[in-house]
Amino acid sequence: MDLALKDLGDYVAEALPQEVLGTEVEFDELMVRARRDLIVKVLTFLRDDVNCRFQQLMDLCGVDYPEREKRFEVVYNLLSLTHNMRVRVKVETDEETPVPSVSGVFSAATWWEREAWDLFGIYFSDHPDLRRIMTDYGFDGHPLRKDFPLTGYVEVRYDDEQKRVVYEPVKLTQEFRTFDFLSPWEGVQGVLPGDEKADGDA
Amino acid sequence: MAETQIKNFTLNFGPQHPAAHGVLRLVLEMDGEVIERADPHIGLLHRGTEKLIEYKSYLQAVPYFDRLDYVAPQNQEHAFALAVEKLLGLEVPPRAQYIRVLYAEIGRILSHILNVCSYAMDVGAMTPMLWGFEERERLMEFCERVSGARMHMNYFRPGGVAFDMPSGLAEDIHGWADHFPSFVDDCETLLTENRIFKQRTVDIGVITADQALDWGFSGPNLRACGIAWDLRKAQPYDVYEKMEFGVVVGKHGDCYARYLMRMAEMRESVKIIKQCVDQMPGGPVKADDRKITPPSRAEMKDSMEALIHHFKLFTEGYHVPAGETYTAVEAPKGEFGVYLVSDGTNKPYRCKIRAPGFAHLQALELLSKGHMLADVVANIGSIDIVFGEIDR
Repeated sequence: MDLALKDLGDYVAEALPQEVLGTEVEFDELMVRARRDLIVKVLTFLRDDVNCRFQQLMDLCGVDYPEREKRFEVVYNLLSLTHNMRVRVKVETDEETPVPSVSGVFSAATWWEREAWDLFGIYFSDHPDLRRIMTDYGFDGHPLRKDFPLTGYVEVRYDDEQKRVVYEPVKLTQEFRTFDFLSPWEGVQGVLPGDEKADGDA
Repeated sequence: MAETQIKNFTLNFGPQHPAAHGVLRLVLEMDGEVIERADPHIGLLHRGTEKLIEYKSYLQAVPYFDRLDYVAPQNQEHAFALAVEKLLGLEVPPRAQYIRVLYAEIGRILSHILNVCSYAMDVGAMTPMLWGFEERERLMEFCERVSGARMHMNYFRPGGVAFDMPSGLAEDIHGWADHFPSFVDDCETLLTENRIFKQRTVDIGVITADQALDWGFSGPNLRACGIAWDLRKAQPYDVYEKMEFGVVVGKHGDCYARYLMRMAEMRESVKIIKQCVDQMPGGPVKADDRKITPPSRAEMKDSMEALIHHFKLFTEGYHVPAGETYTAVEAPKGEFGVYLVSDGTNKPYRCKIRAPGFAHLQALELLSKGHMLADVVANIGSIDIVFGEIDR
């Protein structure tokens, strides 16, 4: 299985030398890094090539890495029924640069791109209908970003006097609790002050 | 004579409508009674599951999966457990694998009964609903006996299952499996050749195999178009490899075919349940790794180390090596996938949930275009959507 995936990865990288930045096999799963502006071509190739035939886009989602220069990854999970294989394609983008929409290649991508836009604020160019999908009408912000607080900013309640639902800033009755369960031995990254000699260089 | 301006009629369907199967708001643009455009507005049940999971340890994330497709909770847990086990490189003991397959199939039947019966009610048949819920009650009793909860089981944990099956349960499940096919027969006498039911479903919402692939269909809805694809066969997980069962394939891809799929799949599931009960080996039901699975109560009473393990597991949890995986199972509604990214800590960095219903609902416009208003109800029922998993 592993070998077949590696071969497929090499084959894709060879056929698309411009578009593919690299391939990896990890946990029996093939991952292809692609160039953002050429993603439509990569997915079209993967769908139509005889050795690939990834007819189905099973999933499309964003991942947020705020510390990176290009903070978002867009991940496409494809499935080939013909060859019984899966492949994961990744592109990187930041808050401003749009990713070309693949809804023309796989119709299923339409809603997932809307979801990625809604939850992460990733732009998709040439998307037929890039509206919010999951969050409330008139929602502000992109909740799955790592810098969006878990509790959000607004809460709703039914106001008996105004006879309608009103939006208010979040009021927590107790402080939001996050516990750091990581043990000090494992959790601390880097060298503690006074511990410089621990590496044995000194 | 002056030309009359004809304006399309826009109808708001739901979010509070029994045929919307939850909280679907559907904006329909209609020419007379014919659907021109259908725009589903989803997200009314959005609870931010994926965000919440990022703030919970791996073990605490399991109950969130029950609350996705709340009709068949165990199948979702199964996907998450398999994904975490893959990242951990954990071997699950055979008995636990059999129990998981057994309960995954019970979940499938739970889901299919609810769908078929509520679908029948949507298109005008009352009786199947009443009969079906009696069977569901029996199945949920089996769930309760093994996990303590009728629906939200929180039973499939990474590394195995939470508890072993109590004695006598396997025999009772086998006894139930003997009589259950007669329920399916009874239901079929009510529906399969029923004139009204067929008029409402045959040739309604037809989708071709190519369209179904393009729109990301999976599970019974994909098989109804004539594609023999079942993850239990194609990419078997746990002990599905050893099970003998058929993959049911339809022909026309219409509402009626999707109904027939579910009826026939229930019969296949019963076969798997019987095989599981017959072949189930003895032995442990959790992986033998105390850093991942908790020790037994009895052990904690006299072993200091077990107590420490227990304490650490339920406060800090376990660390999962950095990596990522997309793991999918054949849930009753289709391919349920978990895309799990771990950064090496005790909490998932990202957990994307791929819900089959999301893709199916997206194709509702395709299914309904050119049909009558009443057929929208038939379509919604036949694609088997549950808003817990679509809105997440």
